Amino acid sequence: MADDKDVLRDVWFGRIPTSFTLYQDEITEREADPYYLLLPRVSYLTLVTDKVKKHFQKVMKQEDMGEMWLEYEGTSLKWHYPIGLLFDLHASNTALPWNITVHFQNFPEKDLLHCTSNYVIEAHFMSCIKEADVLKHKGQVINEMQKKDHKQLWMGLQNDKFDQFWAINRKLMEYSVEEGGFRYIPFRIYQTTSDRPFIQKLFRPVTAEGQTHTLGDLLKEMFPTAVTSDDGEKKYQVVIHGIEPMLETPLQWLFNISATRTISSTSVSFPCQQT
Amino acid sequence: MPSSLLWAVDVYGRVYTLSTAGQNWELCKDAHLEFKRLTSVQQCCWGIAGDHQVYLYVHSSDVPIRYQEETYENQRWNPVDRFCEKLLPSDRWQWSDVTGLKHQPLDSFRLPSEHWEWEADWYVDENIDGEPTEKGGWTYAIDFPATYTKDKKWNSCVRRRRWIRYRRYKSRDSWAKISSQDDGPLPDPFSDISAGGWDITDEPRGHLSLWAVSLQGKMWYREGIHHHNPEGSMWTEVTTPGEVVQISCGPSDLVWAVLWEGQLLVREGISRENPKGSSWVVVDSPSTEVGAIHVAVGINVVWAVTKDRQVWFRRGVNSHNPCGTGWIGMVGEMVMLNVGLNDQVWGISCEDRAVYIRHGVTSSELSGKTWRAIAVARDDDRSRSGSANSLASAGCFFSGEVRVQSSVMNDAESSSETERSQAAQSTSPTHADAMKRRIPKVTSDSFISELVSDKERKPGRDGRDGQTPSIQEEGAPQEQAFADQETSVELLPQSSSQQGARDPKWSNVDLEEAQPPLPAAASDTTETSSLSSVATYNLGMEEQYGVDEHPLWAWVSGGGCAVDSHTHLNWFNASTGVSSSVQSMSLSITPAQTAAWRKQIFEQLSERSKREMENFKHYEQAIEQSVWVKKGNMQWWRDWKPNKWIDVRFALEQFSGTDGNRDGILFIYYTFNDEKKYLHAFINEITVLVPVLNDTKHTFAIYTPERTKQRWPIRLTAATEQEMHDWLALLNLSCCDSRGIHGPPCKQAIWSTTCKGDIYVCEPPPNLEAVPYPLPCDQMFWRQIGGHLRLVESNSVGIVWGIGYDHTAWVYTGGYGGGFSQGLGSSTDNIHTQTDVKSVYIYENQRWNPVTGYSSRGLPTDRYMWSDVSGLQECTKASTKPPSPQWTWVSDWCIDYNTSGGTDREGWQYAADFPATYHGYKTMKDFVRRRRWARKCKITTTGPWLEVPPIALWDLTVLPCSSQSSIEEVALWGISNKGDVLCRIGVTQQSPAGTSWLHVGTDQPFKSISIGGGYQVWAIARDGSTFYRGSVSAQNPAGDSWYHIPSPPRQKLKQVSVGRTSVYVVDENSNLWYRQGLTPSYPQGSSWEHISNNVRRVSVGPLDQVWIIADKVQGSHSLSCGTVCHRVGVQPMEPKGQSWDYGIGGGWEHITIRGNSQEAPRIVMPVPAENTLEKKGSVAEEGSEGGGRTASISSVLCIKEEELNGNAVSC
Repeated sequence: MADDKDVLRDVWFGRIPTSFTLYQDEITEREADPYYLLLPRVSYLTLVTDKVKKHFQKVMKQEDMGEMWLEYEGTSLKWHYPIGLLFDLHASNTALPWNITVHFQNFPEKDLLHCTSNYVIEAHFMSCIKEADVLKHKGQVINEMQKKDHKQLWMGLQNDKFDQFWAINRKLMEYSVEEGGFRYIPFRIYQTTSDRPFIQKLFRPVTAEGQTHTLGDLLKEMFPTAVTSDDGEKKYQVVIHGIEPMLETPLQWLFNISATRTISSTSVSFPCQQT
Repeated sequence: MPSSLLWAVDVYGRVYTLSTAGQNWELCKDAHLEFKRLTSVQQCCWGIAGDHQVYLYVHSSDVPIRYQEETYENQRWNPVDRFCEKLLPSDRWQWSDVTGLKHQPLDSFRLPSEHWEWEADWYVDENIDGEPTEKGGWTYAIDFPATYTKDKKWNSCVRRRRWIRYRRYKSRDSWAKISSQDDGPLPDPFSDISAGGWDITDEPRGHLSLWAVSLQGKMWYREGIHHHNPEGSMWTEVTTPGEVVQISCGPSDLVWAVLWEGQLLVREGISRENPKGSSWVVVDSPSTEVGAIHVAVGINVVWAVTKDRQVWFRRGVNSHNPCGTGWIGMVGEMVMLNVGLNDQVWGISCEDRAVYIRHGVTSSELSGKTWRAIAVARDDDRSRSGSANSLASAGCFFSGEVRVQSSVMNDAESSSETERSQAAQSTSPTHADAMKRRIPKVTSDSFISELVSDKERKPGRDGRDGQTPSIQEEGAPQEQAFADQETSVELLPQSSSQQGARDPKWSNVDLEEAQPPLPAAASDTTETSSLSSVATYNLGMEEQYGVDEHPLWAWVSGGGCAVDSHTHLNWFNASTGVSSSVQSMSLSITPAQTAAWRKQIFEQLSERSKREMENFKHYEQAIEQSVWVKKGNMQWWRDWKPNKWIDVRFALEQFSGTDGNRDGILFIYYTFNDEKKYLHAFINEITVLVPVLNDTKHTFAIYTPERTKQRWPIRLTAATEQEMHDWLALLNLSCCDSRGIHGPPCKQAIWSTTCKGDIYVCEPPPNLEAVPYPLPCDQMFWRQIGGHLRLVESNSVGIVWGIGYDHTAWVYTGGYGGGFSQGLGSSTDNIHTQTDVKSVYIYENQRWNPVTGYSSRGLPTDRYMWSDVSGLQECTKASTKPPSPQWTWVSDWCIDYNTSGGTDREGWQYAADFPATYHGYKTMKDFVRRRRWARKCKITTTGPWLEVPPIALWDLTVLPCSSQSSIEEVALWGISNKGDVLCRIGVTQQSPAGTSWLHVGTDQPFKSISIGGGYQVWAIARDGSTFYRGSVSAQNPAGDSWYHIPSPPRQKLKQVSVGRTSVYVVDENSNLWYRQGLTPSYPQGSSWEHISNNVRRVSVGPLDQVWIIADKVQGSHSLSCGTVCHRVGVQPMEPKGQSWDYGIGGGWEHITIRGNSQEAPRIVMPVPAENTLEKKGSVAEEGSEGGGRTASISSVLCIKEEELNGNAVSC
């Protein structure tokens, strides 16, 4: 029988086949071929697209190349969202591979943050980790870690090293059995149809009576329309890591197995999409 | 942690128990009596009931309490009648005890009390010193006081035989009255009672000290209480310097009592030999103005309450100074206190009569921190509120019973009466009055009556009942309290009946429940009309208060309640639902594993992977794989002589493929003669990683096949425990990854334990039992599974059980990891906390000299006066540490009287000189003596194990079968640590823990058991004799009778293992024997054949494969003890095999091969065969170098005088 451990691996080794096409208005010296990559779902776009940049460098003049930014069907892709989240949010119901358009001009200042180096990603990543740990353990675990442990987490993500990452991350995922879970579940709910970037509130994994909260409980509280609709028809799709868990799934468990998400956004994210 | 019970009595005398796993007070199962005092221990509870009689409540258990009665039939030979009962006038009685002095014919044996029953009739014992006798059981001798043999010789003039019969204690789970008639009339009834002293002697005997105080202030001691005689035999008076009002007895040698005048008495001279003690010492009351009224003692603590309800703690109490040094006043006002296990303190507060536990009591802080109230509901409270929850709970039946009683009474009152209840009702008030009046006024009781009166006044104030306030205004003091009660007895039932009628919920429940148990309730009323009438009154009383009103308690006893400062209890928050405890108790298959949502996530994830990745495998990976290195500093036990620890740099280089599978190399960089060098090992070659027992360093050993042959692992020491565990976790994971091993072990797995208690498991490759070229044993890969066990037994349908060093039984939950692995490579479900306790031993050595006799002044050449068993290491009480930093001490040093060879009364063993054999008595030639001291230590870890309470096990065996077998219920036999043979009922793949034990009667305690594939059960008794159990089958799981099998000549057997057909035994001199001549029609076989020596344990598998733990296995570098060995060449026609193949070790303690039922492929594939051949070649070479490897070993495993360094786990 499959074990929880296998789920961790499945989540970590999730890949999205992507084709990168240069934007038609970019000035090139010759025709640019599309570039194909398997992107790790748990990583960040700017962290894994060095190869893309190098590929298009071959056909472009240095002076025509500004900061690279990516766009999918008119939406600028925020690099500080995990890749899997971006895909689930914008492209989950389309045919694969995922067609991303590459831009080097006209950086959309109002939509995107600049990402000048990997340090920026690292800083963003670490702040997410810290934010999550504050919710989970009042930040005690992350603060007790040494600098090299922090580095190992980051290197694990950067180099796609499951064991390296999990050797440290497991400490962040510990909780006492007596309490039945974290202090609060670090999560964010992203929606396709909303102007708000995401919903984030304090939510405990267990009720005051010691009952475990389920995914359904969380949604009921955070986003009631996602679970209840008048005609009984499913209006929203709740997607985590490209799958739709049942609403009965206990939150703590869901979070344990999908915890790789901690690294990329603060938490489990629920892109809710209208069907 | 098995659950245990806290006992309490409420102010109405009703007895409740609270389980450490539970969340509500449950009314005692046998609830027809009212109690004043209780004293509980783990196996039973003693109490003084309202009638001032002593009662005993023994918990039911799967193992019966049996007592063996024996008598001897003696006969003398004469030429006319041959052997006959005509004895010489000078001879002993024809029926006598073993000495011949006491006349005891069969019919002189009587049951000691009404609580016993005979198990069967008398029968003849056909066993002498482990040897079967001829039919009839006669043993012969020249004359009467002589040695008896089983053989009749020419000069055998007398013979005798032993008759035995068992009686069984039957009054379990009920209050058994201890009749006093045998002891002669007691002068006056008892008023206080206290049990303890179970730690004075060792567990098997189960001695208990029971002290009682009578109303006149005399003190009594109950003689002869032990496991086989729970009631004890008689009361003896203990003289005291004054009138005693209360007494408390601790688990070991503390006994304190309170005098009428307020001073305290301390008993001195309590020892193993004299549990009653010898003299009294008076200690003054803590306060100069007010005397003490109550005392409670534990192992090292004394608490007292003075008459002004102040609580006091006694400083400096221990077994050397039972009096302590001084009093410390504590916060809180209590009416009584009780000290339970682990010196935990329970009390009843003066203010609200709630039960409190002292929070934060640890061995270093015995006085604890604060009082914490236990806030849980009573089960009858719940049922009254009509919650469906409590109806479904286990306590429901009993609460139901109570309700029925009340309904009968209520009906009676509300004039829809039956004859019976009318009768009961008419008697009730008078009886109740009579009872209450009889209660004498003793301080100890006064607060109960006080309480009752308190309680009644309250509702009066509500103005519900006009009459009570008027009584109250009379200012009823002590005496008036009783009058108070009388009036309310008449009043209250009425009001309750009205309430009952008003409340529809009530009548509903009654209608449902009343029908079936009515006869029971009715018989209660007729038998003990006075008591049940009291119950009416009680219930009536309670009706008046809301459910929110907490119960008022009068007495609490925690002597059987196993709680310590770390125990998690659900007692303090009444609102917490029952669900949490239910969740944590779930066995074998947790809801998380079966839940639909879990399955759905698994499916969706693999679907996702398929959808998103399958057609795009040719795409480039965004992140290139690279090498990852982890480095650290360690110490290494260098390979060359002189061996010592040297500082090295340690690095693990890993490289992984795109599929996530990895490989790696381990480097150890060291300096040799100023030259930098390194040693390396491929991760995929490592066969096992073992933590090494070392009390100062954090050491582990790494084995490869080559290192196994050498018996010389790579030994490394990390700077801290944390660092070692980090490395071990990482290395373990890397090793498993490189071999593609994930998840829980398969059902065919081979389990083993080391002498450190670590558990290892090996996935057996299919060619493990291949003939003629099996996989060499040293190439087997072992991975660690969390937990701490002494032995593990399994079978091929996945039933795995283990036994800890403290004899606790554990069942495998299906998880993996835990403990060392810290979540890396660990399953998230099925990992639980596990504890184990073992003893550390040191020896005190003395030499005799003419001046001072034995003294601790030895000769200069002598061993240390405090040493280990060998005498080579100095081990003093102060310097001896627990085996590793994971262990903590949980007891003090105490003398061990169970050393082999026997001891004298002070624990000494004597010998002529030091390295010699010791005996338990002094002779003229003995110049030295020694005694063994033991101290218990405890480990707390985690692993995929759940405890199977409550019976402690010595050995166990699981039916070996093929993995496809469709057996529903798997036979599992065990031996309790008292030697009872047990058969587990209800063991299936779905519930591997089974449901209960079935006791299988034996005439003596047993120590080893094994069941074969065809339900052949073989067992070995503690005296070394072997037995075969007849007629065991799936339909008849316990079989019918034992057949005594003669042992190999002059050998006492130790352990047995039965495979499909083969039977192997190991004797106490480490010889391995094979049973010949086994046939289906004659399953007992004919004779023993010697196979090998130096064998510690044997495990025979479902294919009759034979694996052993061997001692003294020679490798090329060193020798190892506790080595896993595999018998090669075992075939159906050659069940004894040909030679041994050596695997992992030393330091291994136990192995079970009984899960591996995969037949080796019949035709050996050419390629592997070549490989194995090659391997064999190199082995042969090694063997000629090292000597001993290939020597065709049928008996002697080569022993050489060489450094014994191979037992890496260091036993």
